[in-house]
Amino acid sequence: MSEETQKRLRSVIPPLVTILLFFIVWEAGCAIFKVDDFVLPKPSVAFQAYLQWQHAIWPNALQTLFTTLVGFGLAIVSGVALGALIGYSTLLYQALYPLLIGFNSVPKAALVPVFVIWFGIGTIPAILIAFLIAFFPIAVNVATGVATVEPEMRDVLRSLGASQFDLFRKIGFPRAMPYFFASLKVAVTLSFVGSVIAELGASNRGIGNMMVIASSRFEVPLVFAGLLVVAAMGIALYAVFALLERRMVGWAYRSSQ
Amino acid sequence: MKSIRPLMNSISSNPLCVELRDVSLSYFSSGKHIHALEGLTLSVRQGEFVAIAGPSGCGKTTILKLVAGLLPPTKGQVLIDGHPVKGPQKNVGMAFQNPILLPWRSALENVLLPLEIVEPHRQLFRNNRRAYEEQAHDLLRTVGLDGFADKPPYELSGGMQQRVSLCRALIHQPEILVLDEPFAALDAFTREELWGVLQALWLKRRCTVLLVTHDLREAVFLANRVCVMSKRPGRLVYEAVVDLPRPRSLEDTFKPAFVDLVHRIYEYIGEVRV
Ligand SMILES: Nc1ncnc2c1ncn2[C@@H]1O[C@H](COP(=O)(O)OP(=O)(O)OP(=O)(O)O)[C@@H](O)[C@H]1O
Ligand SMILES: [Mg+2]
Repeated sequence: MSEETQKRLRSVIPPLVTILLFFIVWEAGCAIFKVDDFVLPKPSVAFQAYLQWQHAIWPNALQTLFTTLVGFGLAIVSGVALGALIGYSTLLYQALYPLLIGFNSVPKAALVPVFVIWFGIGTIPAILIAFLIAFFPIAVNVATGVATVEPEMRDVLRSLGASQFDLFRKIGFPRAMPYFFASLKVAVTLSFVGSVIAELGASNRGIGNMMVIASSRFEVPLVFAGLLVVAAMGIALYAVFALLERRMVGWAYRSSQ
Repeated sequence: MKSIRPLMNSISSNPLCVELRDVSLSYFSSGKHIHALEGLTLSVRQGEFVAIAGPSGCGKTTILKLVAGLLPPTKGQVLIDGHPVKGPQKNVGMAFQNPILLPWRSALENVLLPLEIVEPHRQLFRNNRRAYEEQAHDLLRTVGLDGFADKPPYELSGGMQQRVSLCRALIHQPEILVLDEPFAALDAFTREELWGVLQALWLKRRCTVLLVTHDLREAVFLANRVCVMSKRPGRLVYEAVVDLPRPRSLEDTFKPAFVDLVHRIYEYIGEVRV
C-alpha cells in the first residue's frame, strides 16, 4: 500500500468510528430505556424501514437532490456575480450590504407559505428556498476575497498603470477563489436543508414530503429512515465540494501551512 | 578587482533623474492634518544609488510614494527627468519589506506580472511570451534563483521570496527603483547576502535607486549617498557621500573606511534613533 493511500485511509477511520459509536449508543440507549419505536425507533429498525421502502425513498431523495442542485446552481451564478460587484465597488458595497443583511435575516422557512401563494405547491418553492439560503454566504465570501488586496500590491499595480478591472482580474478574482470554494461546501448543505424544509409543506414530491406523509401515517421508522438518508446525502454533498475545493485551490491550503 | 571609481565620478555629472523641490505633504485622517513632509528638497542623478534613513514615521515611505506618483504633493514639485509627476509612474519599479507574491503563481509568473499590466508590454505579452520568460529567467539567474522558477512562493524561503520581489520590480526595465526597507524582515545573514545581490543587479542595470532603510551599514554598503531625515515633519538634515570602490564586499564592511563612515553618520544622528 502506498504511503498516500495509507494516509488517506487513516483520515477516514476516525469519522467512521464516531459514526459507528453514535449508532451503537443510540441502539443501546433505546434498548436499555425501552424506548418505544413509535417515539424513537432504534437505528436498526430505521434501517429495516429503509430496506423495506427504499424504492419509494430514492426517487424522492433524487427529487430533493435535483431541487437542491438547481437552486444551488442559481445561487452560485448570482452569488458570484453580486459578490464580485460589491467586492469590486465600495459604493455598491455600501449601498447594497444593509439590504442584503436584511434579506438574509428573514428566516427562509417563513417564506415557504409566501412562495406557495405565488407559485403553488410544487418544485419551484423548494428551488427558491435552496437558492436563497445559499446565495448570501457565497456572495459575502466572494466579496471578501475580491476586496482583499494588499495595499502594497495595489500600489505596485497602480504605478504600472493598472485599471480597477486589472486589479480585479489579476488579484481580486483569483484571491476570491479559496473563499468561494470554502463557502460552497457550507452553502450546499444549507441549500439541501432549504429544499427539505420547503418540501415539508409546499411540495408533493421529495424526501421532505415523504417524511410528512410517513409521520401523518405514524410510520415513525420511515421518518427516521428519511432523516438518515438526508444526513447521508448532506455528508456526501459536503464531501464532493470539499474535494473540489482541494482540487481547485490547493495552493491556498499549502500556502497557509 | 577593478575599481569603478571613474564611473562614480561620471554619475555626478549625469542629468537629474528625481527632483523633489520644497515638497510638503499632509495626510488628512480622522479630522486631523498630519504633516508628514515639510519643505523637503532632494535631487537624485541618473544612475545614482541613494539611501534614505530616518526615524520611524518621518515620511520615508511617503517620499517613495511621491516619486512613484501614487500621491500628489500638498505643496512643492516632484519631477522625474525634468517633467512634473502627474499620476502613477510606470518607469518606477517597487519592492517592499513584505514580498507580496501571489501564492497561485509560480516564481516566474510572479516576476512576469508587471508585463501583463504595463504598456507597451501588455500588448506584446501574448505573442512574445517566450522572449519575456527568457528575460525573467535571466533576472532570476542573476539573483541566484536558477532552479526555482516553477516553484510557488510558499516553497521559497523569505530571502528567496524577496529576491523574486526584486526581479518583479525590475522586469519592465524601470528607470527608477524604489525600495522600502526590502531586507528589514530577513535575518542578518540573508540580509547581507541580499546586499550583494542588489549591488550586482544595480551594477548590471545602472538604474536610479532610492532605498529606504533603518540599517546604516546597509545604507553605506549599497549607496553612493546616504540621506538622513529629521523627525516628522520630515526634512533632510544630513547627507553623506559614500565613495568607497565597487563592487563592495562584505569584508569591506570591516575595513576602517567603511566603519568610520557608518560611525560618522551614526554620531551625527545622535539622539535621533534610526
Ligand atoms: N494614509 C495615511 N493617512 C494618514 N496618515 C498617514 C498615512 N500614511 C502615513 N501617514 C502618517 O504620515 C507619517 C509618515 O508616514 P510614512 O509611512 O511615510 O513614515 P515612514 O518614515 O515610512 O515610517 P516607517 O519608518 O515606520 O516606515 C506617519 O506619521 C504616518 O502616521
Ligand atoms: Mg515606511
